[in-house]
Amino acid sequence: MAGEKAAGEKKPAEKAPAKKKPSEKKPAEQKAGQKEGGEKKKRVRKHHASRNPVLARGIGRYSRSAMYARKALYKRKYTAPETKIEKKKKEKPRATITKPVGGDKNGGSRVVKIRKMPRYYPTEDVPRKLLSHGKKPFSQHKRRLRASITPGTVLILLTGRHRGKRVVFLKQLDTGLLLVTGPLAINRVPLRRAHQKFVIATSTKVNISGVKIPKHLTDAYFKKKRLRKPKHQEGEIFDTEKEKYEITEQRKTDQKAVDSQVLAQIKKVPQLRGYLRSTFCLSNGVYPHKLVF
Amino acid sequence: VFKRFVEIGRVAFISFGPHAGKLVAIVDVIDQNRALVDGPCSGVRRQAMPFKCMQLTDFVLKFPHSARQKCVRLAWEKENINEKWAATRWAKKIEAREKKAKMTDFDRYKVMKAKKMRNRIIKHEMKKLQKMASKKGKKPVKAEKPVKAEKPAKAKKSEKVQKAQKAQK
Repeated sequence: MAGEKAAGEKKPAEKAPAKKKPSEKKPAEQKAGQKEGGEKKKRVRKHHASRNPVLARGIGRYSRSAMYARKALYKRKYTAPETKIEKKKKEKPRATITKPVGGDKNGGSRVVKIRKMPRYYPTEDVPRKLLSHGKKPFSQHKRRLRASITPGTVLILLTGRHRGKRVVFLKQLDTGLLLVTGPLAINRVPLRRAHQKFVIATSTKVNISGVKIPKHLTDAYFKKKRLRKPKHQEGEIFDTEKEKYEITEQRKTDQKAVDSQVLAQIKKVPQLRGYLRSTFCLSNGVYPHKLVF
Repeated sequence: VFKRFVEIGRVAFISFGPHAGKLVAIVDVIDQNRALVDGPCSGVRRQAMPFKCMQLTDFVLKFPHSARQKCVRLAWEKENINEKWAATRWAKKIEAREKKAKMTDFDRYKVMKAKKMRNRIIKHEMKKLQKMASKKGKKPVKAEKPVKAEKPAKAKKSEKVQKAQKAQK
């Protein structure tokens, strides 16, 4: 609106020379006033210059309270529009409840507080923890992956029951562990997690770009399950725990789904199948620091 | 006793130092320990080089002492030293050593399989011969067969090794 007004002012000012300016302005203002008669309330007023003359730099003539009066702030109190949360909050929860009480001469009901005062205050306050910076829980840690490990790389497992076996890398899971498969038909390594640090990455890669890995293979899927129902009176605590690990049907179907795709790619490279079947070992004269993997 | 001599035009192989592995020609002798050396076709600037880091090859070029680089280059290219060098056993051994060091795990597996197959074939033929020899006593037929047996085996192995090296590259 101010823009409109300014434009309205400018046009007659441009057309007419400087002499006629004051006379031109009035009708222009009147016109503008008539046009925006209905919208006067909404029109943003031009801001007043500072009502606090400057005595020296940084020092004004009037104090805070004097300025409050001069700016008529007692008239201008604004509140932010009420948000939905505040509206909801206005509905205060009930603080007390009347409950019926038995027995004669007891007066039938009592008014009972719903939220009662604490019955115990500790003698020492819980000490406030010192401010720490950048200490994140494991779930928020940054996961890194060595540049030599890309989907489809053949890895050599160094620890665990499958040590020495050559295995195909599929993807990195959310906790940073590597999802890996034998494939099962080749070296009896199922879909499994492996730790990046305990693995040698070879430079041999299988083309896995077309292989779709089901989305439900996450850390929770692979996590070890432990039954815990300690009935304290049971004499034999050790036997009832899950001793034997049983392969679930879901694992079998997932294994088949992934392996069929991976095997198809492995068969395309000559001798790769035999390579994955073999195990890695060191012998005399073989030094790992001199080997190129 | 000595067959290769330090002389003007002798091509030498540099064994260590910043120019390790390159060929140079001896242009002039400075003193007991150093020579003026130039390798225009192998990327070595004309410079003094101690004899200790040079190993003499069989090749000698013809140019007068202190000849400029252009002359050395002409002589080098005329004799085709680069190709002759690549054909020597020495250069081939160096190349094989390099390839072996660069072998990846997969290549090592392939070589192992190739070697195994080759040895099987050889053993098979040997056993055959031994059997024949034990049955019929000494016979002149023996002399022919080993050569034939070696050839197909060697051909197969060299093929496999070349395959492995090519795949690795």
